[in-house]
Amino acid sequence: MTQDTIDTTADNAWRRRDPGAAVLEVENLHVEFRTRDGVAKAVNGVTFDLQPGETLAILGESGSGKSVTAQAIMGILDTPPGYVTQGSVRFRGTDLLTLPEKERRRYRGEKIAMIFQDALSSLNPVYSVGFQIGEMFRVHRGASRADAKIKAIELMDRVHIPAARQRVNDFPHQFSGGMRQRIMIAIALSLDPDIIIADEPTTALDVTVQAQVMQLLADLQAESKMGLILITHDLGVVADVADKISVMYAGSLIEQAPSLDLYANPAHPYTERLLAAIPRVDLKGQELYTIKGIPPNLTDIPAGCAFHPRCPYAQPICSEKVPPLEDVSGDRRSACHFWKEVLDGSLQIR
Amino acid sequence: MEASRSDEPVLEVRGLVKHFPLTTGILFKKQVGAVRAVDGIDLKLYKGETLGLVGESGCGKSTTARLLMRLDEPTEGQIFFHGEDIAALSGKAFKAVRRNIQIVLQDPYSSLNPRMTVGDIVGEPFQIHKDVAPKGSRLKKVQELLEVVGLNPEHINRYPHQFSGGQRQRIGIARGLALRPEIIVCDEPVSALDVSVQAQVINLFEKLQDELGLSYIFIAHDLSVVRHISDRVSVMYLGKVVETGDEEQIYERPSHPYTQALLSAVPVPDPTLRGHRDQIMLQGDVPSPANPPSGCRFRTRCWKVQDICSVEEPELMLHDGLDHPSACHFAAVRQVIETHDVS
Repeated sequence: MTQDTIDTTADNAWRRRDPGAAVLEVENLHVEFRTRDGVAKAVNGVTFDLQPGETLAILGESGSGKSVTAQAIMGILDTPPGYVTQGSVRFRGTDLLTLPEKERRRYRGEKIAMIFQDALSSLNPVYSVGFQIGEMFRVHRGASRADAKIKAIELMDRVHIPAARQRVNDFPHQFSGGMRQRIMIAIALSLDPDIIIADEPTTALDVTVQAQVMQLLADLQAESKMGLILITHDLGVVADVADKISVMYAGSLIEQAPSLDLYANPAHPYTERLLAAIPRVDLKGQELYTIKGIPPNLTDIPAGCAFHPRCPYAQPICSEKVPPLEDVSGDRRSACHFWKEVLDGSLQIR
Repeated sequence: MEASRSDEPVLEVRGLVKHFPLTTGILFKKQVGAVRAVDGIDLKLYKGETLGLVGESGCGKSTTARLLMRLDEPTEGQIFFHGEDIAALSGKAFKAVRRNIQIVLQDPYSSLNPRMTVGDIVGEPFQIHKDVAPKGSRLKKVQELLEVVGLNPEHINRYPHQFSGGQRQRIGIARGLALRPEIIVCDEPVSALDVSVQAQVINLFEKLQDELGLSYIFIAHDLSVVRHISDRVSVMYLGKVVETGDEEQIYERPSHPYTQALLSAVPVPDPTLRGHRDQIMLQGDVPSPANPPSGCRFRTRCWKVQDICSVEEPELMLHDGLDHPSACHFAAVRQVIETHDVS
């Protein structure tokens, strides 16, 4: 790594905020999938909060439980086989998990909206995009078709879709990938939610279009002060936008930290190894470290620390005792028995 | 890593063109146009080096891979393997050449037959090129190959679904290596893999190159991966190569506006650079290759555009004061990323 000095003044306004003002508090969330091959423990005790206007990134590889966490917050988990077995999801103090479905529905779209990775399969191919954006106003606000269409055009303008008035009656297949993702964003924005959850919003897009979409999300967020939960596996995208980061591995949160701290000095071996394993476009002659093995099967998570079979620093205790998520400092947490040693770099690779 | 470069390229491509016809009508088909997927590109690949081919979706990089393998027949152009035009070969002579150019595909899930065991998949090339390994020695050869790519040779009778994504990609690499080719065309070989597994496969590619003296054509949309693995890089846009040079020239001294925009859009995993990077935000999307813009194909998204750009197509050539070819009327170096040498 090349950074020596860290500019701590940038982007940490959230630290000064009142912790009681969180829009969303997720506490000890557990989700499991009951399948024929056994119970897959997809989320195992996830806790985090989101402040107004803040961007939280949930970072993890496939199977780490990041998307399932998002689905549980939205209440769109496929049940069966997925079940929330423990925990709470509080939106401004109201626990969404205990609400009856009818009430819950009022929060979806209105308070918390979601953007999915694959815009083409998330949009209905047989309705025009204007109809689908307008649907939000018709269903939630009882607007007439004509009014809904006017609103749809406004929103298409807001997400910078060129010639919105002409294109409002076009169908999803007539738009490019980047434009479709903008339509998804328009739908998510329509009811002015307090939180947007974006699940890998740019993974299917080319880099130049990815940059446009991320910029759009950042601009919209600055305008409306909404909270953004960005779910991704891309350490690069996260570095550009996130205020704080929660790293997930095998369904558990293993590290939480403000972005600058996490990249400058990770407090968990998984984060540290992951950062050393990605090629960087601004480095020449970089040696890539590898993390041996593969992420665990969720039906058979290793005992103790889930990362211990792949961890270069693993000690006997790591396979016996689950490391708790401990406070590293006021706003950082790490679930490693040896986080102190990881932080000061005194551990030897076995 | 510096390639030991002999003068003669292993593979040379001249004026390669592939147009896919667009037709109307069901019974009486009439051609109404063509998707100009690859529209006249030149490439050279030397022994032991890696040529990176980058560009966004629809730029023709995968079609180029298929043409090099002759999985598709080129509309025009020549492909020279050690000076011999393989685009014109057929039958036995072609089969002999083909042995030397193999491919590793992107998706390790769909590129392996789920009904074949790993042994059958990796050993299949020997059934087609029987002279490479006599029947009795094939099992042993397959086991050796599995070991070379870091798989357990005892897993020879397992099926693809019993392996993880990274392991499956290793199976694909073992299959590509079976005939001891000189060239491997890698079409997005790590983009379907998880971050923690991607590095394993990239390092395997590098190790194999060092040990076996392979030449790679490495196709990817991820510019960070390409920088890491490539000696030279060609940047493609809408079926054309817009800039070509060695890794340092492309990444530290890009001269084509598209290369500059592409590089500036690559996210860097370092939050301290936030707001300090040269960000070029392109407008709009890539135009359709069925109807590319006149003149310079990038002009519809370019911030340097002038009248000449829509009239005259810029040639890929060396401009005054620049050290590598660029296809822009107004080519000029702009350093968009600050490189740190950590070797």
